[in-house]
Amino acid sequence: MINYILRRAAYALPILIGVNVITFVLFFVVNTPDDMARMNLGMKSVSEAAIVKWKDERGYNKPILFNQSASGTKKLTETIFFQNSVKLFVFDFGRSDSGRDIGYDISQRMWPSLAITVPSLIVGLLSYISFGLILAFFRGSYVDVSGVILCVIMMSVSGLFYIIGGQYLIGKFLHLVPISGYDTGFNAIKFVILPVLVGLVGGIGASTRWYRTIFLEEMNKDYVRTARAKGLSELRILYRHVLSNGLIPILTGVVVILPSLFIGSLIVESFFAIPGLGSYTIDAINRQDFAIVRSMVFLGSVLYIIGLILTDISYTFVDPRVRLN
Amino acid sequence: MANKPKFNIKCIKRFLICIPLFCAACSQSSWNSPYSPEESKELIYYDSFSERPKHLDPVSSYSSNEYIFLGQIYEPLLQYHFLRRPYELIPLTATSVPKPIYLDINGKKLPDDALDEDIHAISYRVSIKPGILYQPHPAFARDDSKKFLYHKMDKNDLDKIYTLSDFKFSGTRELHANDYIYQIKRMAHPQVHSPISGLMEKYIIGLDNLSKNLEGVYQDKSQSNFLNLNDYPLEGVKLIDKYTFEITLKEKYPQFLYWLSMSFFSPMPWEADLFYSQRGFEDKNISLDWYPVGTGPFMLTENNPNRRMVLEKNPNFRGESYPVEGESSDEDMGLLEDAGKIMPFIDKAVYSLEKESIPAWNKFLQGYYDTSGIVSDSFDQAVQFNSQGDAQLTDEMQEKGIKLLTTTTTSTYYMGFNMADDLVGGTSERARLLRHAISVAVDYEEYISIFANGRGLSAQGPIPPGIFGYNQGREGLNEYVYEWQNNSESRRSIEYAKELMVKAGYRDGRDQLTGKALVLNLDTPAAGPGSKATFDWYRKQFMKIGINLVVRATDYNRFQEKMRKGTAQIFQWGWNADYPDPENFFFLLYGPNAKIDRNGENAANYKNKKYDLLFDQMKSMKNTPERQDVINQMIEIVRYDAPWLWGYHPVGFSLHHDWYKNAKPNLMANNTLKYKRVNPILRAENRVMWNQPVWWPILLVLFIIFTILLPAFALYLRKENEKII
Repeated sequence: MINYILRRAAYALPILIGVNVITFVLFFVVNTPDDMARMNLGMKSVSEAAIVKWKDERGYNKPILFNQSASGTKKLTETIFFQNSVKLFVFDFGRSDSGRDIGYDISQRMWPSLAITVPSLIVGLLSYISFGLILAFFRGSYVDVSGVILCVIMMSVSGLFYIIGGQYLIGKFLHLVPISGYDTGFNAIKFVILPVLVGLVGGIGASTRWYRTIFLEEMNKDYVRTARAKGLSELRILYRHVLSNGLIPILTGVVVILPSLFIGSLIVESFFAIPGLGSYTIDAINRQDFAIVRSMVFLGSVLYIIGLILTDISYTFVDPRVRLN
Repeated sequence: MANKPKFNIKCIKRFLICIPLFCAACSQSSWNSPYSPEESKELIYYDSFSERPKHLDPVSSYSSNEYIFLGQIYEPLLQYHFLRRPYELIPLTATSVPKPIYLDINGKKLPDDALDEDIHAISYRVSIKPGILYQPHPAFARDDSKKFLYHKMDKNDLDKIYTLSDFKFSGTRELHANDYIYQIKRMAHPQVHSPISGLMEKYIIGLDNLSKNLEGVYQDKSQSNFLNLNDYPLEGVKLIDKYTFEITLKEKYPQFLYWLSMSFFSPMPWEADLFYSQRGFEDKNISLDWYPVGTGPFMLTENNPNRRMVLEKNPNFRGESYPVEGESSDEDMGLLEDAGKIMPFIDKAVYSLEKESIPAWNKFLQGYYDTSGIVSDSFDQAVQFNSQGDAQLTDEMQEKGIKLLTTTTTSTYYMGFNMADDLVGGTSERARLLRHAISVAVDYEEYISIFANGRGLSAQGPIPPGIFGYNQGREGLNEYVYEWQNNSESRRSIEYAKELMVKAGYRDGRDQLTGKALVLNLDTPAAGPGSKATFDWYRKQFMKIGINLVVRATDYNRFQEKMRKGTAQIFQWGWNADYPDPENFFFLLYGPNAKIDRNGENAANYKNKKYDLLFDQMKSMKNTPERQDVINQMIEIVRYDAPWLWGYHPVGFSLHHDWYKNAKPNLMANNTLKYKRVNPILRAENRVMWNQPVWWPILLVLFIIFTILLPAFALYLRKENEKII
């Protein structure tokens, strides 16, 4: 297994370089270092000298990808791309264009993101699986049909509707939780309830249908027929056999997103004023802070790759037939 | 086995008893309150902010969302009177508003009525009030032997330091005149990037040389990040004594006094500069840009711009009296009830981040913010217009005791023509008539009604109301675009605009020389579905006189580039007054300020020699009838040339709750928090009353779910009990 992990880590290297190049190119197609300087220095009364000085201080005075005036390897190394990318691979995120330590900011802001994403995942997973099992259990009945129709309707509604509707209904009309905001420690609980609930409701449609499909597929297999023939109750078949055999596709979907939970949610954090990494990324894009954007994209890619490796590893635990070699 | 069900029943009973008790307890405070219950009776002001401040260093900051905080922390020499209008400068830390002293070439004082050609330099002598103390700050902390505790720190000392509050000791010291000099020198600091350094170098003697000098010195430095500016003299700024200093300008610049009221001219203690310059501090994100240090009524105790910013009363603040006089209507409005009382009236101000307007608006309605603006989405809910066209609050707002304040802002939003453009620009009669025809055709009254909910005043020239030089009524009418009818202004007809088009050689929107249809381009950074309605409206306006308008939407960076290079044709722009002087608007059309040549603020690249000469004359005049006369001439020139469609001056609408007092819009002052008063008892009562939890919909939903699942459960039981035959 170690060999497998090392091999996958080695495969990840070109992927990360590729992601970095794409981020870099996309960012600098839209923003030049001069634009970034203007954005940071303010739009009023910015002199050319101040722009030059700002770029010098942050290393944006070099050519972007290829340094014609340098010699040898410096043609590639004395560029904005190289200088900004190499340190990322040792997880040195450096400083943002406004001068803040990105590593420190990430370490501070990942907790509010986790406070939303972890409960959302756990509560969501339990609820969606339960709903999926109920629909599968009552397959063909009015519960199943009306449930599927409801799921289709719910998955057709925009996520923004759930957010604004949730804030209006739960926060403004029912007065049960704060509409937005965040606090530290246990005080965070009342702020977390609404985004988690909104995330849960927003995901019911698609997830329940997906889990229902998985369970129905399992329920048509021979071992279920055998279990029924042996006289096992439907509930026992469902929870003891169908659920455990349906875990492989569930794991595929869940384990891969586990590391990405750190990154948070861009829209939810923005609407609920959660100071997590999602809003950190959005702010950086709006402020044209390339240092943060590239760090967050890099971190997101690394976490996604880790998620994929973890998924592969988890297969070996739930399905003895799978071997990592 | 026998005890188990007994225990469960006991638990269930306890649980059931707890539910109503829990609900009863909760009904005493609001479940949906974002604040802790202990805060409810405290003198705290609650507000929101939508964008994190970029800079909190007063020499770098030049943005209104930063001034919200900086204005309460730092104290420049002067401030605007809170109540009087027109806006008037009064001393803040200075003992009086300094008067210009005219000097000849030998440095001798000239009389006040000296001729401009005799004046070689202008000096302002400023004395500050003694006894003003800085807020508690570790930069001032000293040990028993009077040595600074935190001025020689190394990386090991910073091991357990993450924020400024991690420093165990703090100190203070008296404000000295030298602190103001230090700050002026910081404008020339190579690493600080003050946005006004270029402007001030034009006026303050020796600032340009200091800037060059420091640039060289800074590059040679290797030992420390600290550049002690006390070691570098500035020719135009001299310390007279501990409380007095003198600033000498190269030429007459009366607007300089307005700059002295802005945060750029706040005092900066050298101790703070040294403290923050130490190695390792930057790595810990401890910098002047993050932790301000001032003498003002408040200090920033929590700087978490991703969640909230908290200002608390500065324990060392000397106290300042609330104004005892204002405008004639101020007394009736209760704005003089606190006359003469010592400020500030609140202990703390909590600003929470709200990126989206809908949650912010709903929280204001719940009583969790004391004040609010009105976005378009909620305008109809908050405001309605009566038969006279006056804005008034809706019944829903009035029931909550919410108050509305309106004021015409000292801003202007206009549509500009690039005067360097071959088609719409230039001084030819043809282009001028074309610009006039467009000016008549684009109906800004309709624009204000549709897109600004009626919150605007159509502009007659570059000067907004509230600024010297603005003329009201018929006297201020732009007769190229409007007529005076029935005692009010009336936009000229489309037929008149079409006549102008014919005179310009564009009958029915076709170039009579080439026969081609006239196509003009509007360059804009706005894009997306939100702007579509506006662009459609603009196309319709231009089409009234047969012009095809092409909207060239692009991203903001490319738009800025177009403006700098002068490749835009028609554009929309706006300006918000830095200070209440017409110079701050007329300079937007001053030739030497052209964007294309000098990267200035004259975005239309307008050039008119006569206008420029009058501008040079007007800018250093006092607000006298003579100045008004010059201004009238300037306005007539630009109206005739029409480099802008004058657009409109927005009217600001703001709301506040009944418990928030001393609310009077002041568009110039940034330090208004100290005047505010809140009634926390009334606020707490209203919050509880407005936010009682509503449970019945939840119970109803549970009942519906139960009703739906009951037959399903019966179905399950039937299925389980089925017998195989």
